[in-house]
Amino acid sequence: MAGDGSREAAALRRRYAVRHVAGRIGVYVAAILAALLCAAPFLWSLVTAFKQNRDLYNPANNPFMFNRPATSDHVTYLFTDTAFPTFAWNTVWVAVLVVLITLVLGLPAAYALARLDRPWSGPMGIAIFMVYLVPPSLLFLSLSRIVVALGLQDSTWSLVLIYPTITIPVSVWLLMGFLKGIPRDIEEQAMVDGYSRLGAFVRAVIPLMFPGIVAVVVFAATLTASEFIYALAFVAPTDKMTVSTGIPTQLVRGDVFFWQSLQAATVLVALPIAFVFNLFLDRFVAGFTMGAVKG
Amino acid sequence: MATTTAERPATAARPRARPPLADRDGFLAWAFLLPSVLYILALVAMPFGLAVAFSFSDVTAGDPSFNYAGLRNFRRAFDDPVFWRSLGNTFLFTTVSMVLIVLLGKVLANILVADFRGKWLVRFLVLLPWTTPVALSSISWLWLLDSIYSPIDWVLREVGLIDPGQNMYWLGRPGLAMASVIAVHVWRLTPLAAVIMMAGLVAIPRDIEEAARVDGAGYWRRMFEVTIPLVLPVVAVAALFGAIFTFTDMAVVRVLTRGGPNDSTQVLASWAFYRGIEGGDVAQGAAVALFLFPLLLAAAIAILRAVRRIEVG
Repeated sequence: MAGDGSREAAALRRRYAVRHVAGRIGVYVAAILAALLCAAPFLWSLVTAFKQNRDLYNPANNPFMFNRPATSDHVTYLFTDTAFPTFAWNTVWVAVLVVLITLVLGLPAAYALARLDRPWSGPMGIAIFMVYLVPPSLLFLSLSRIVVALGLQDSTWSLVLIYPTITIPVSVWLLMGFLKGIPRDIEEQAMVDGYSRLGAFVRAVIPLMFPGIVAVVVFAATLTASEFIYALAFVAPTDKMTVSTGIPTQLVRGDVFFWQSLQAATVLVALPIAFVFNLFLDRFVAGFTMGAVKG
Repeated sequence: MATTTAERPATAARPRARPPLADRDGFLAWAFLLPSVLYILALVAMPFGLAVAFSFSDVTAGDPSFNYAGLRNFRRAFDDPVFWRSLGNTFLFTTVSMVLIVLLGKVLANILVADFRGKWLVRFLVLLPWTTPVALSSISWLWLLDSIYSPIDWVLREVGLIDPGQNMYWLGRPGLAMASVIAVHVWRLTPLAAVIMMAGLVAIPRDIEEAARVDGAGYWRRMFEVTIPLVLPVVAVAALFGAIFTFTDMAVVRVLTRGGPNDSTQVLASWAFYRGIEGGDVAQGAAVALFLFPLLLAAAIAILRAVRRIEVG
């Protein structure tokens, strides 16, 4: 009897173990498949970027392998003979200024909405977030006239001026979320210690928000680098373009695409952004969901 | 710091006096918020008003003087078969990709919440489609769907599905071009949907389902009366974000097909750009772009309602 029971238990355990192993294998297969599907275009870009012309432009060659020795000529070409470094520099420059404007305007706004307990704080916060959903495709025509009227057409300053309209709404929402994670006692204590409300915000709250601010910097910079329509509509000269418009439009001569250099540029931009984003993903999610919690 | 501490005794000495500006919450709230609000009003609300005004005018890039033109731009849009084509395509692309984004997003979210080794790398690769600037990922796809050197064609040739020397011309045939545009949208927005659902699903307390199980509710009953109602608002938010980013986007169409072949992949946003910026007919472009607005408004209201349901639940 007892032997029967233990044998049954062993069988049951074995069945659970098999099911467990099968489950684990399933998870890994699914994860690898998902990663490959998502990254496929970039993986192929990476192979392409190092191929010789004779290898690349032969439809009979296996496109996933190097049929001739790999070469870094086209990547070098990208840096020495195309405007790619200028695009990258313009993008960084615009992003830095946009992030600065966003923080200077967004930090106080988020504080007002999250902490100063006005009756209109809740609806106002949602209203500001909703501005994020207003797409560039609706506004680019009238904004392009405004940019012309201000004399900023064909200058990166037009982007510096307009991009905060995209980044401020998201950043205010994120910052509100991070502020709700900081206990109110901190600034109350600072005010007891003699700071004004303003002083407590600047000296006690902002330093504590540092991790949140870094996340907002990353998010705003990414949005800036990704924007396409405004950049395409406002800026025409090659030396003023950002990566988002410059790479797809300027690395083509007539009908000839510099495929290897193009793909190298794409990968060079895509990898760092995804890398940084991955580092901050949990913080973004926390910020966005906390923003919706009533403080 | 020294000045604020020095001020304190002074305020304490006159308890009836109003606190200094830096301490008045009502004043600070406005002073803090006003710059952002003004910025947005000046560069979002005002341009929107202007866009509406343009759509009733005859403004062009060459002649920016404003003359009222009534409904002429709308009449011209309605007479233009390309406009109807774009409107239809916008709806088609948005609906199909929304459904696929939600389904695949749910699958991806389930994978991402599971525990496994190398999760960091998988998450990094999965984020790529979403975080890469749209115009650049579209360039990557343009090469993947190349008329001669597409590796997809190569695989199909090797497997024997198409004859040797043949190509699919993914972007050259209307049906395939539309499918390609949809595929790119689905590919790039599925990770976003997955992240939204991941965040929402983690927030749903597990004990509700366990309680239902203890109370004797069967699988289907739990599915339809517990799980789906709890998950639905989160899924709705993910779907609506996917929809908004699909139907307002023109970068994918612009880079992949330029609306072609024969305007078969033209969408409202790309058509407005073509007329307004490249054609220089600002008024006509504004009228076309304005058709995005009702859709957008509906989506925004739906998002608000879904979010409210998440909070209640």
